[in-house]
Amino acid sequence: MSFNIIGKKIPKKDAPFKVTGQALYIDDVELPGMLYGKILYSKYPHARILHIDTSKAEKLPGVKAVITAKDFPPHFRIGFMKDNPPLKGTKVLSTRDEIAAVCAISPEIAEEALDLISVEYEVLQGIFDPLVAMREDAPILHEEVGSNILKLPWRLVCGDVEKAKKESAYVVEDTFTTQWVTHCCLATSGCVAYFDVNNNLTMYSNTQIPSLAQNEFLEALTALGLRNRRVRIIQVTIGGGFGSKLDTYPYEYIAILLALKTRKPVKIVFSRDEEFFATSPRQCTITKISQGCDRDGRLTFREVEMILDNGAYTSWGATTPSVMMMPISSLYRVPNVKYTATCVYTNNTYCQAMRGYGNPQATFAIESSLDHLAEESGIDPYDLRIINANEPGEITPQGFRVTTCGLKECIEEVAKRLNWKEKRGRGLKKRGVGIASLIHVGGGARVYKSDGCGTIIKMDDFGKVDVFTGASDIGQGADTVIAQIVAEELGVPVEDVNVIHNDTDICPWDVGVHASRTTFVAGNSALFAAKKIKKKLLEILSKLLEVPPEDVAIKNGIAFSKSDPQKSIPLARALRRIHFTTGGSMLMAEHFYDPQNENLNKEFRGNLSAAYAYGTHGVEVEVDTETGKVKILKYVAAHDVGRAINPLLLEGQIYGGVLQGIGYALSEKMIYDNGYLKNGNFLDYKILTVRDVPPVEIVIIETNEEAGPFGAKGIGEPGLVPTAPAIANAIYDAVGVRIRDLPITPEKVLKALKEKNKG
Amino acid sequence: MKREIKFKLNGEEVTAEVESHWTLLYFLREVLKLKGTKEGCGYGECGACTVVIDKMAVNSCLFPVMEVNGKDVLTIEGISGPGEALHPLQKAFIEEGAVQCGFCTPGMIMSAYALFEEKKNPDDEDIKEAIEGNLCRCTGYVKIIDAINAAKRGK
Ligand code: FES
Ligand code: FES
Repeated sequence: MSFNIIGKKIPKKDAPFKVTGQALYIDDVELPGMLYGKILYSKYPHARILHIDTSKAEKLPGVKAVITAKDFPPHFRIGFMKDNPPLKGTKVLSTRDEIAAVCAISPEIAEEALDLISVEYEVLQGIFDPLVAMREDAPILHEEVGSNILKLPWRLVCGDVEKAKKESAYVVEDTFTTQWVTHCCLATSGCVAYFDVNNNLTMYSNTQIPSLAQNEFLEALTALGLRNRRVRIIQVTIGGGFGSKLDTYPYEYIAILLALKTRKPVKIVFSRDEEFFATSPRQCTITKISQGCDRDGRLTFREVEMILDNGAYTSWGATTPSVMMMPISSLYRVPNVKYTATCVYTNNTYCQAMRGYGNPQATFAIESSLDHLAEESGIDPYDLRIINANEPGEITPQGFRVTTCGLKECIEEVAKRLNWKEKRGRGLKKRGVGIASLIHVGGGARVYKSDGCGTIIKMDDFGKVDVFTGASDIGQGADTVIAQIVAEELGVPVEDVNVIHNDTDICPWDVGVHASRTTFVAGNSALFAAKKIKKKLLEILSKLLEVPPEDVAIKNGIAFSKSDPQKSIPLARALRRIHFTTGGSMLMAEHFYDPQNENLNKEFRGNLSAAYAYGTHGVEVEVDTETGKVKILKYVAAHDVGRAINPLLLEGQIYGGVLQGIGYALSEKMIYDNGYLKNGNFLDYKILTVRDVPPVEIVIIETNEEAGPFGAKGIGEPGLVPTAPAIANAIYDAVGVRIRDLPITPEKVLKALKEKNKG
Repeated sequence: MKREIKFKLNGEEVTAEVESHWTLLYFLREVLKLKGTKEGCGYGECGACTVVIDKMAVNSCLFPVMEVNGKDVLTIEGISGPGEALHPLQKAFIEEGAVQCGFCTPGMIMSAYALFEEKKNPDDEDIKEAIEGNLCRCTGYVKIIDAINAAKRGK
């Protein structure tokens, strides 16, 4: 199939605004009379609040309102388990707990006012280790829950693991641990809330979930006594998402309440410090994993037990086991699977979704353990993966129906480019190679009751197209990919397609930008809407050109007869002809697309996604045995993307993912000491700089997914899923030490080398 | 205490009353309402606030506004020509896919701009040195380097 616009490197549509400084981010929003809100956080990770005195702050000139928990309805809670009051009145459970908030005519005055609020605490013993929190005698953090163990019984059992274990020729068992890492969006979080005269709320927001946030804010208004109001969410240009904005947060409800009290727009924008300690990171995990294979290397079982530090409250982090199940049950063919995960309340920061949604933690364990099994069985790690690679048409133990699957090609291609056979197992010059693969949802993910996205299309008198989509753009390029899909279908230049994607008053519903779903779901939604408008367009053109509709083609905004190309008419003229006439008409169409995927059932089975994305990463490292430093000499990332709608943006997703993944593997870690974040700044928390960029080769495998728009599957998250295990495996190949705890710092490598040499 | 300063901003003479504790970033964003220069940290570690002062890239979040007196300041708003004529760096960032969320972009471009002021023909090492203080969480930097190289060739 040949395309005019699909598969082309089309620059991102909003890039001109961004390179000139014209794009408006949340901190750039200014409304008349706007006030600035600031939040007072807890001094202690666990304490009873005895008294809060805000009287001095209230008297400070320029302060317009001060609020505490008393100003919210008593039982109002937010979050996935509704366990988080936006302001805490009686007890604090972490150092990021919000106690009071102020708004004033300037941020400086608001800040000064915070210093005038005095809080009396009775300090309680904190629990910072989930294993301690799980003990019978541990103090209960949420009395209303009655236990520190969340009532989320993540448990997947397929086949008979015990039996398979006994019958396996080789079995390995390991424990892996991962750290907290944070999104580090370059723009900090924030919002501007204001109420109009009818008490309808407008929120300027960074959210990744405009439609769900709208619903949650409506609930908040109802709780505040404002029934039957409207909430309008206007997304500004979003300065990075990566999952951080998949939930609503206390600061948003605080801004809403301050705006309601003052009847003025209230802006809250986080400082970088707040962004580090008061947003929700990827959770740390403790993973016990056992895998086995038969004599020929065929996997027999996989058993995984996981403990997740949930932190003090519950956001989407607690649901990441639903995604961890995916690689655990379905990465490579493994007939018997058992997985349990326990989420535990502690006095640490509470966790959230982050690019990959649990998959990187699970894949680190699976793929590291697989190399261990390769060693145990004496089978080359490459061969072990090829033997067990998933194939199209397979149904996995969890019930995933694999349609397209390019995993084998990915593994082969990576091995070829790494020169695997030559380099593997030599340990020459302390160099080594490693690989790891991934499966991820590539056709949406039915985590919510709807996985849908709506699109409205209209064409104007000038042949231009406006597409109103529910999709959100967080920099990944939804605006551009949707324009390409519509332009390709309609036969108009991509510049003529305008994508509007940031206002709930205008745009249809969408579940949010998560699960690498936007190209697939919003893309399909746009494609079907485009097909509908095209049908109407062809009928009109067939009349104007006096040929049957099947004979009409459109290219570059010109319609013509295929059999007699002399007969032609510019689209703009055709559209005007049917508009400016008695009983005239204009072209509009809509479509709501909800993919054919399934919610997981009570046993956590079901076809979660309409398609699955696969990939393999390979890396060559050199380990300095004097310093423990790991240098990446070469990095290859192969991804089965279905079809590359826009290779430029696609590569951008992979490069960006790989670099975040390398940070996750080697340098990033939030250091918490008894509930206090110790390295909440860019100096001490190391995200990678341009100096850390290794040579990265990208391999795109196209498998043409039938259900995807023009064959595409998702690619937003996969780029960082297998990075850490690929690196860990390469380090083992280079110097024979296996690091089971992320990040793989020079100190850990040195320590392991020392132990190995002793042994 | 307010003081008067005079300096050149994006090619035009500016005279302004400023508080001595203001940073240049504060003055640009909050007083002049030039929102193109971004604040990513406020303490000199991310480069989002980079502007060019007398041909040198500077973190405006740390730079006291008093010190621009008599100097020549360029921000992202000042490097393109009138109308649609973008600077070659801006064009290259668009075409090479060096922009995702875009929050780091103005700072990146200004750092690269200063590099071109200093060296007509920078190599990859020069480019890395020029933007090592500019963090980007989205792109993995690869396409940013490509863009700066493309702009160099296009000059
Ligand atoms: S805002 Fe100036 S360096 Fe980050
Ligand atoms: S493009 Fe988002 S931080 Fe660079």
